[in-house]
Amino acid sequence: MKDVKIKPLTINFGPQHPAAHGVLRLVLEMDGEVIERVDPHIGFLHRGTEKLIESKTYLQSVPYFDRLDYVSPMCQEHGFALAVEKLLKIHAPIRAQYIRVMFSEITRILNHLLALPAMAMDVGAMTPFLWSFEQRELLMEFYERVSGARLHANYFRPGGVYRDLPKNLLSDISKWAKKFPKFINDLELILTENRIFRQRTVDIGKVNATDAINFGFTGPMLRASGVKWDLRKIDSYEVYNKLKFDIPVGKQGDCFDRYQVRVEEMKQSLNIILQCIDRIPKGIVMVKNNKITPPKRKSMKQSMESLIHHFKIFTEGYKVPKGETYTAVEAPKGEFGVYLISDGTNKPYKCKIRAPGFAHLQAMDFCSKGHMLADIVAILGSMDIVFGEVDR
Amino acid sequence: MNDNNNKLTTSILSICKEITNHELFNNELTIATKPEDLLSLFKNLKENIDLSFDMLIDITAVDYPKRNKRFEIVYHLLSLNNKNRLRVKTFVNENTSVPSLTEIYKSAGWYERETWDMYGILFEGNYDLRRILTDYGFEGHPLRKDFPLTGFVELRYDEEKKKVSYSKVKLTQDYRDFDFLSPWEGSILPGDEKANN
Repeated sequence: MKDVKIKPLTINFGPQHPAAHGVLRLVLEMDGEVIERVDPHIGFLHRGTEKLIESKTYLQSVPYFDRLDYVSPMCQEHGFALAVEKLLKIHAPIRAQYIRVMFSEITRILNHLLALPAMAMDVGAMTPFLWSFEQRELLMEFYERVSGARLHANYFRPGGVYRDLPKNLLSDISKWAKKFPKFINDLELILTENRIFRQRTVDIGKVNATDAINFGFTGPMLRASGVKWDLRKIDSYEVYNKLKFDIPVGKQGDCFDRYQVRVEEMKQSLNIILQCIDRIPKGIVMVKNNKITPPKRKSMKQSMESLIHHFKIFTEGYKVPKGETYTAVEAPKGEFGVYLISDGTNKPYKCKIRAPGFAHLQAMDFCSKGHMLADIVAILGSMDIVFGEVDR
Repeated sequence: MNDNNNKLTTSILSICKEITNHELFNNELTIATKPEDLLSLFKNLKENIDLSFDMLIDITAVDYPKRNKRFEIVYHLLSLNNKNRLRVKTFVNENTSVPSLTEIYKSAGWYERETWDMYGILFEGNYDLRRILTDYGFEGHPLRKDFPLTGFVELRYDEEKKKVSYSKVKLTQDYRDFDFLSPWEGSILPGDEKANN
């Protein structure tokens, strides 16, 4: 018998594919059913956010952050708000900090409620997706009540939050929080012990701790590989040091571990939300400095100075002292960092956005080498990629 | 994080001899080096046990068109063991290339591709230096300060040719860039000389 060398088959996956989580194009080199090389082509959703921010004032830049990772908007506003506050050398009032932490955790649950069932749907389970969307609807209602928008909230501003919580919101959130553990239980019941789900995810896309660090993994991806690293604990920005929560850590860093870490994170987030509701103090929610934050509508009717401040803030904006900072928050997908350079004017000189998904997607080739074609979608699902932030 | 920056500064300065400048601002440590020393510096930073900056968080560049060396390349490092962050800067112009860090950090590959795409800085030793975020066949480097916000070309679907085609940007109204710098801020107007005395 003569050995015949077969040329690897090249397949194109995406950019329009339901399992591509948006607009990802993968060029796959296959040896039969086995993957030899993956070449992700990204940038189909590139909107030039960083360039646009350079031409906008600091306040006008906030909404762009909602549109990066559009399933966890508030966490990214948080990163930008903290960076600007650091350059301005101000701190949000304590009530605003609690509100921010509470909504960051609501956002985390929102994000995982999309990430987990989307991954489950990629490997064949339809039901969790429908269930989760019901819960997401409830959470987005809280978003709407506090900011007026269901997704692109534009709620966290440099200096605090846009406005105080409406009446009864806290009690409604705690009512929801009482019912939510049953949902997590149901979700786990249908997935964790499910034989098909396990066959599709256990031992798929394994990344050990050294490789995960080398590839720049952060967030649940890093924790699933067994590294106990969470900026909420290590940086303990805002009021995280006053709250009690655990960091779930995986063992071998396969797709199933990532699923479990995210499920556990939802429980911890719920815990944080309840603690915030208990502890949230009364007070102001915006820094009282009308050079940075707009004055009250009421005072504008009587005070000339307030009117001028209002006009100046919404036309010129405020000037940020010269300097640079890299500020990162623990977004649901990992470390979301903002590298901001101010040249002393009212617009950022440079704003680089460090998106966690960008680093994760880079490891796609490494993760899926040697796996079957069908495992690609399981790995992609477990990475929790959203193209808004990868392409920016 | 970065609780003892002063200690970190002294240990970095004693271990790495390649550093040309350092600065501590806002509790964030920045060091600068020459492009040719980058590789040995990063090897030191990663492998020395006292430093162990084992994660490369990000690579980007900043464009200052008026400077002699136009681009500032900025690396962000993170040490998981010591809970430290570090910023490394190096300065190049359009024609010089920088050594690639792909040998040391696996995450460097795409970050360098992005910096190449956005700023046109060449990374020597990165064997996959294709454009990453812009369109296939794109020309120019969008994040340079001399690249206009509106771009040069716009995209539309041509009904006759039945394909997507590029054409030159046509703006019905010029892009308006308001300069909000107040004309009477900073300088002393005639008659105001005595006001501060």
